[in-house]
Amino acid sequence: MSKEHINVYTEGSTGVIQLNRPKVANALNRKMVDEIVEQMEAFDRDETIRVIFIKGNEKAFAAGADIEEMMDDTPLSLEQLDPFAVWDRMMLIKKPIIAGVNGFALGGGFELVLHCDLIVAAEDAKFGFPEVNLGVMPGAGGTQLLTKAMGRAKALEWIWLGQPMGAQEALNYGVINRIAAPELVEEEALRLASQLSKQAPVSLRLIKEAVSEAVDTPLNEGLTLERKNFYLAFATQDQKEGMKAFTEKRRPSFKGV
Amino acid sequence: MGNTYQTINVTQENGIVTLVLNRPSAFNAFTPEMNKEIIDALRKANKDDTARCIVITGEGKAFCSGEDLGGVSEDTNHADFLRNRYHPMMKAVKQTSKPVIAAVNGTAAGAGMSLALAADFRLVRPETKFVSAFIDIGLVPDSGFMYNLPRLVGYAKALEVAVLGKPITGEEAYQLGLATKVIDSSTWDEEVAKFAELLAKKPTKAISLVKRYMMDGMHEPYEQALDQEAQAQRIAGLSQDHKEGLQAFKEKRKPTFIGY
Repeated sequence: MSKEHINVYTEGSTGVIQLNRPKVANALNRKMVDEIVEQMEAFDRDETIRVIFIKGNEKAFAAGADIEEMMDDTPLSLEQLDPFAVWDRMMLIKKPIIAGVNGFALGGGFELVLHCDLIVAAEDAKFGFPEVNLGVMPGAGGTQLLTKAMGRAKALEWIWLGQPMGAQEALNYGVINRIAAPELVEEEALRLASQLSKQAPVSLRLIKEAVSEAVDTPLNEGLTLERKNFYLAFATQDQKEGMKAFTEKRRPSFKGV
Repeated sequence: MGNTYQTINVTQENGIVTLVLNRPSAFNAFTPEMNKEIIDALRKANKDDTARCIVITGEGKAFCSGEDLGGVSEDTNHADFLRNRYHPMMKAVKQTSKPVIAAVNGTAAGAGMSLALAADFRLVRPETKFVSAFIDIGLVPDSGFMYNLPRLVGYAKALEVAVLGKPITGEEAYQLGLATKVIDSSTWDEEVAKFAELLAKKPTKAISLVKRYMMDGMHEPYEQALDQEAQAQRIAGLSQDHKEGLQAFKEKRKPTFIGY
C-alpha cells in the first residue's frame, strides 16, 4: 500500500500514514503532499477504517517544505501550478485525523499538523514557522489556521519571529491536544484513535462538520447546521442502539450506519 | 571519546564519563568556550549508549569559581549573557538522560554553585565550600540557582543561602540534604569512582525517566504528574533492564543491567 514518499498501513480500524523521507527530515515536496491527500481520501472511503493517523519518525514529523523544489519558482509558475490547492482537500476529509508529532514540525510540516483534527505531541516536540527567516511566509494555511487556533496576538508573534514553539506552550494555547513522553507518542495517539473508533462513526462525522463550521460562520448559521446534523443523527441505527443501550445500562455497539 | 577540548578534559571508562573543568589557574572559572565545550561533551555523552553516568569535577583546588569576572564590565547586559551562554549549558545538564554527579572537590562559587545544583547528585569533601557569591556583588543568584535550590532544600533554607550569602561547608551541605555524601580527601578519588560505578550499573533508562519527571512533578498538578508516572512506567516496563530485573528476582541472583 505504501507509495514513494509515504508508508501506509492499518492498525486495527486506524489507517496509518507515515511520512517517509527520513534523509531530509521528511521535508514535504509536492509529490508527497499529493500522496498524503490521496491516501487520506482513500481511507475516508474505506469502510473498515474509522480513524486516520499521520506521523513522521522519532526525530521529525516534517521539518518544512522542500526548499530546493521552490527556489526557482516565479509568481506566475506558482499561480499556474497552484501547489497549495491540493491542501484544501484535506479539509474535506470526514473521518477524524490524528497527528502524532515527534521532533520538529516546521513550516509545511506544521501546516500539515494544523490540518489535522487532534494533535498528540512529544513533550520535547517543536513547532514553528521559520519561513520569515527565508524572506517568505507560510503559504499552506499557516497564518489562517494558527491564528484561528491561538488568536491573533500570539500567532503574529510566532510567525513574525520564526522561532520554534515548545509542545507545552502549544498545549497551553490550545494549538495541540495532548503531550506524551517522546517514546509513547504513537501509543498515546493510537489509544486516542482506539477510543474514537468505539464512538458512533456518523456522530463523529456530523460533529466534525458542525465544529468546523463554528470556526468561521456566523453563530446563527452554525446553530442551524448543528440542528440539522442533530436531526440527521436520528436517521442512524447507531442512534437507536446508543439510546437503547443507555436505558438498558449497557455499553452500545456502534456499526456506523 | 576523543578529547579535543581546550578548557575541559573528558575521559570515559567503564560507562563513566568524567568531565573535568580544567582551568585550575583561574579556579576553573567559566569562559564562553568552556560553556560551549561542556554543552558539547554532555550532548555527546547523552547520545552514547555506553555512557551511563557523568561526573563533573574540577582540576586543582576549586570545583568552579563561576563566571570569569575578567569578562564582565559595566557594559555587560547580564540577561543576554545568561541567555546566550549559561542557559544552554544548564538546559544541557537537565536534558541529559544520564545521571550527572557533581563531585565538588573544592569551592563552588556563583554559577559554579549553580552548575553543582543542576547536577542530580552532589558529592562533597569536608573542605568543599558552596558560595552564592551573587548577592555580595549586588546581583541575584542565576543559572537556575533560584529554581533548583528551593527544590533541593526547601524555600526557607534556599532564601537564607541566596540572601545571606554565607558559605556552606561540605558537612553543612550534607546536613541540608544538598550533598549525598561527605568523602574524606584521602579517599576522594576512590569513593567518587565507587559512587559513579554504582550509578553506572543501575538501569539508566529508568533513572533518566525519574530525572525527567520527578523534579517537574514538584510544580505540576497531581493529575498530570500521575499520568506522567504512568507513561514513564510504561516506558520502563518495556525496557530490557526491567525484564532482566524480574528474571534475576525469580532466579534469586543479582541483575546485570545494560542501561536500556
